[in-house]
Amino acid sequence: MGQITAELDKKLLAAVEQMPAFPRSVQRILELTRDLACSPKELVQVIETDPVMTIKVLKVINSSYYSFPKKITSVSQCVVYLGFNTVKNLALGIAAIGILPKHNGADFDVEQYLLHSLSTASLAKLLCGRVGHAGLEPMDCYIAGLLHDFGKVVFAQFMPEEFSAALALSRQENIPLHLAEQRMIGADHTVVGSMLAEHWQFAQPLVQCIRHHHSTNVDTGVMHACLFLANQISKQMRYGDSGNACIETPSAEQLRYFGATSLEEVIPSESEMEKVLLEAKTFAQLENA
Amino acid sequence: MKVRFWGVRGSIPSPGPRTAKYGGNTTCIEVRTGAGDLIILDGGTGIFALAQSLMSQMPVTAHIFLTHSHWDHIQGLPFFTPIFIPGNRVRLHGAFDPVTGQGVEQVMRVQLQYSYFPVREVELKADLEYVTLAFGESVTVGSAVVTPVLLNHPVINLGYRVDCDGKSVFFTGDHEPHYNLYEPDEDGYAEYQALIDEQRDAIYAAIAGVDVLITDSSYTVEEYPAKKGWGHGTFDSSIQIAQAVRAKRLYCTHHEPTRSDDDLESVFADAVARYPRKPGDPEYFLAREGLEIAL
Repeated sequence: MGQITAELDKKLLAAVEQMPAFPRSVQRILELTRDLACSPKELVQVIETDPVMTIKVLKVINSSYYSFPKKITSVSQCVVYLGFNTVKNLALGIAAIGILPKHNGADFDVEQYLLHSLSTASLAKLLCGRVGHAGLEPMDCYIAGLLHDFGKVVFAQFMPEEFSAALALSRQENIPLHLAEQRMIGADHTVVGSMLAEHWQFAQPLVQCIRHHHSTNVDTGVMHACLFLANQISKQMRYGDSGNACIETPSAEQLRYFGATSLEEVIPSESEMEKVLLEAKTFAQLENA
Repeated sequence: MKVRFWGVRGSIPSPGPRTAKYGGNTTCIEVRTGAGDLIILDGGTGIFALAQSLMSQMPVTAHIFLTHSHWDHIQGLPFFTPIFIPGNRVRLHGAFDPVTGQGVEQVMRVQLQYSYFPVREVELKADLEYVTLAFGESVTVGSAVVTPVLLNHPVINLGYRVDCDGKSVFFTGDHEPHYNLYEPDEDGYAEYQALIDEQRDAIYAAIAGVDVLITDSSYTVEEYPAKKGWGHGTFDSSIQIAQAVRAKRLYCTHHEPTRSDDDLESVFADAVARYPRKPGDPEYFLAREGLEIAL
């Protein structure tokens, strides 16, 4: 894929800046804050489990207005410095940026997208646990799964016409969506997704993982393999839909981490899969409340 | 340096016979340097009487420092008469509000809206200037140095230390000593406690050795549990801070609006009795409207 233009880069970054928090945490924050005496502990937990919330709160406190002796890296630190009430209202403000709309100009189904992302996240975490690779955090794999397709949401919300054309092209010609995006937009969702992760100052392995989640010729290690396989399994099982029905073939190296030679051999047991789907659905259902 | 209290009440003005001795106006403290520089800490309703005392001294240059933007600390600002008179200079200092993303100018803009006040901000005649402060970064005012210190309240609250001619005053504005969100047996307790300790040490270091410490002492220890998280201190927490930073004199302020003069003296006496004075301990006082301290 060619270099994206400076103009597109600027447009995408602006879009990323405006990304709302995840609906589940927004919902939870609204619930919690209805009670004037809500538990600070619980609210901190909700914020901590939403990367958009966390990063936006951290961004405020690390802004040039405050001269703390060191970089603030946790939500708890924000509470100690800014006070719980300020953090609560910041979170409410971030929540108010808007829950991801269910319908958008691109006819991209956000609920189905979320189910795909959540199931991919659970699967990636499960696969990670199976490999038992030292130094690899299952939660990092979870976040990789949760965010791998986030670029699509950015497209759907901020470039709906172009993205709509890409979705149509992918369906008509039966080509993977990221290739259609490259033709219609000039960049695909892996680029936007990794920009977002970079913007959130996530660790580089995570950024690279999102950037290359449709590549088999770039080896970014075991986390990449977990994500790649989880993504294909989720699509094969039709757990949600993120606009791309094409199942890609993993590389021999990716399969080797699991002692397998085909995708089928990596698919978890029926009971494990039930658990994955249930977890994803529970999370996703809260969006509809 | 001289320090004079023009308002010592918290939350809402509370005039009447029950509060006549200590006063019913909300927070406002005047600090005058030996050279005559005028520093005003907070613009509660007490600032109106201060403004009247300035009428014979026009033109004036006033350096107002707002601890935070809650009503009881800003409500008198539109009645600070010098802002309507050409030739006066008013510099308003305060914190950045992370929730709205605005600086201290927000305070005047919100109050001087047409629906709420007849004069709009653009119609003010004095030379008005806004200075949004960064934590810990000192500002020079004539012969004095004013240092903002981040404290703990539901909005960003800056305590101010004023150093001048070898003397010093610190005013907390509103402050509740940090407490741990977690129970000792919970995950996160130790980590959170470490953050609290670090922040408390930083605050103490900034206040260390002041001649006059003026603190938010809204509640009694008995009242506090029901008000935890509201962002206010107690008489006891104030005494503990004063002892820890080795202040020479402590003035308890931000008196609870329903507390009568008699009750105030009684709960204060109870608290002080819990801390028998040892050599080197601070002296403890109640802040009273009209009280002037010479340093």
